[in-house]
Amino acid sequence: MQDTQTYPDSLGRFGPFGGRYVPETLMSALHQLESDYERLSIDTRFQEELQYYLKNYSGRPTPLYYAERFSRELGGPKIYLKREDLNHTGAHKINNAIGQALLAVHTGKRRVIAETGAGQHGVATATVAARFGLECTVFMGEEDMRRQALNVFRMRMLGANVVSATAGSRTLKDATNEAIRHWVEHVEDTYYIIGSVVGPHPYPRIVRDFQRVIGDETKAQILAAESRLPDKILACVGGGSNAIGIFYPFIPDKKVALVGVEAAGKGVDTQYHAASINRGRPGVLHGSYTYLLQDEFGQVLPAHSISAGLDYPGVGPEHAWLHQIGRAQYVPITDAEALSAFYLLSKSEGIIPALESAHALAQAVKEAQTMDKHDVLVICLSGRGDKDVEEIARQNRGVEYESN
Amino acid sequence: MNRIEGVFRKQTQHSALIPFLNAGDPSLDISLQLFRSVLQAGADIVEIGIPYSDPLADGPVIQASATRSLKSGFQFPQVFDLAQALRSESDQGLVAFTYINPLLQYTLERFFADAKSAGIDGVIVPDLPYEESGPVLQVADRNGIALIPLVALTSGEQRIIDICRSARGFVYCVSSLGVTGERTRMSERVRELVERVQSHTSLPVAVGFGVSTPEQAQYLSAFADGVIVGSALIRRIEAALHQNPNAPVNILQATVQEFVKILVQGLTHPVPPKQFPPRI
Repeated sequence: MQDTQTYPDSLGRFGPFGGRYVPETLMSALHQLESDYERLSIDTRFQEELQYYLKNYSGRPTPLYYAERFSRELGGPKIYLKREDLNHTGAHKINNAIGQALLAVHTGKRRVIAETGAGQHGVATATVAARFGLECTVFMGEEDMRRQALNVFRMRMLGANVVSATAGSRTLKDATNEAIRHWVEHVEDTYYIIGSVVGPHPYPRIVRDFQRVIGDETKAQILAAESRLPDKILACVGGGSNAIGIFYPFIPDKKVALVGVEAAGKGVDTQYHAASINRGRPGVLHGSYTYLLQDEFGQVLPAHSISAGLDYPGVGPEHAWLHQIGRAQYVPITDAEALSAFYLLSKSEGIIPALESAHALAQAVKEAQTMDKHDVLVICLSGRGDKDVEEIARQNRGVEYESN
Repeated sequence: MNRIEGVFRKQTQHSALIPFLNAGDPSLDISLQLFRSVLQAGADIVEIGIPYSDPLADGPVIQASATRSLKSGFQFPQVFDLAQALRSESDQGLVAFTYINPLLQYTLERFFADAKSAGIDGVIVPDLPYEESGPVLQVADRNGIALIPLVALTSGEQRIIDICRSARGFVYCVSSLGVTGERTRMSERVRELVERVQSHTSLPVAVGFGVSTPEQAQYLSAFADGVIVGSALIRRIEAALHQNPNAPVNILQATVQEFVKILVQGLTHPVPPKQFPPRI
């Protein structure tokens, strides 16, 4: 196996995946970003500043919490939750938003743009833009604005301009298209804060580097708690930033099984899912060669998931590669399975998870069957579920409220 | 010599006019008639857009046109039927415009073989920068089809040199002229860009993206070898369709022909304007 820790290569490739398939107008900006990032990633002052904000602004390190009652419910391994939901703004997205906002500040950009699906990355970007005095525009699919109205309100409260993407399926894919188009027009004074490990090189690397803090902390915490590494790590995968963040430091530890959970929507054999690795083929989406959902002639197919954050027809190129070389395994979880895990964690631990993270929890329900009580399982609880409560209530027409 | 370079050379009266339309908008048959009309009205080369679900480099007008085409049932291989029909009756240049993903899914070998037998002379891939173009260029060259590269206002000197070195057919300068309040400065930058590119290549240099009026085309013709007009043309088709969604094909043909003729007139006008004229 190639040394996964030194990837991507200088062309932005993870094996055959990745690269830079974007309009020429953006190429100079990407090269500039690459060299700025090379410089700042080893700049002590920049790194100290980053650590300062992660600690004092976002509240890191986040706990690694032993979910005793949830473990007992499942009757299998000891389950630990990496509590990214306890970050400022309620999800892991802030780790990357702080890092990239600092990149914008250090490279003299006063305007930032972002795309968002569930709204978590949009909220994180609006938040750091407010903190660093940057003008902020967030692109969001019209359908997602409806599903995540609360987050739209939060972003506007934070002073961001929220622009709806009305083309295509009106979700994350289309918001990303609009953000890239806007960047093409304003590339000379605008920094694009991409929210996941997707997009053209160097973004998948930059976002991974800013998210690896999840895995670095997890490793130290599990060693302190259990004096050993976990047997398995589970994380949900849309674009895949929380998953790569927790996986990356464990890639050389071959005994730790890494499992990414894709959204299977109404089922991977229906047209309504977002399982890019399980049901897609390699191709180019948003500047990167990776797995994506597409028809015979390469038209991108709309994804579906109950969770807006996983509702994306592509996946980060590093995940495509980890899948290809067999270092990580990618499995599907349906809307219904995720919903039932959502309730299970809420009721057994008093922690309401984001619907995205509920996919990883649902996979734990399955994995627990074949694991032993001496096994240790870590789940990345990427975000909290407050944003989803309204949509779930609407879907249930209040049934759950009344019966409980 | 590729037919494209020949077309530029043959056009000695004025800059070459290169209109863009999407294949299949509003239907495959009607789009074929519209391409015919454009060629008859004086286009030197036509750019045949292959509709894509996620056209990152296109503005709202061309996006909407691609959506209409896909909704009408357009499928990728039909572009070869369309090109073949045009080739059988015209010696003008035929250039396909496609995003990289559909091209990769069709496979490079099959795409360039089919393009060659359909009489397509060149291909533009707006999301394939120089760094990623190697494998595509190789197959294109083997089939004698020009991979036409793009150069932008943001491209540095060394990139321009590298891009020009492997350029085929012509070099496409992205003008991005629509930035509000910066027209004068932007127009100067476009002229500078075209002249810089010309100093690094003997190929023709054409300008496109955001050329919306005959006056603008005329301004560009003072220094560019070719002018590409897409959205402005499609907007006129859209307007006609808006008035009557089932507009008879001859109405649409008359619409595009009229506009192309005005553009040609603009290009032959003796005195180009000194400054970049505003959009309408």
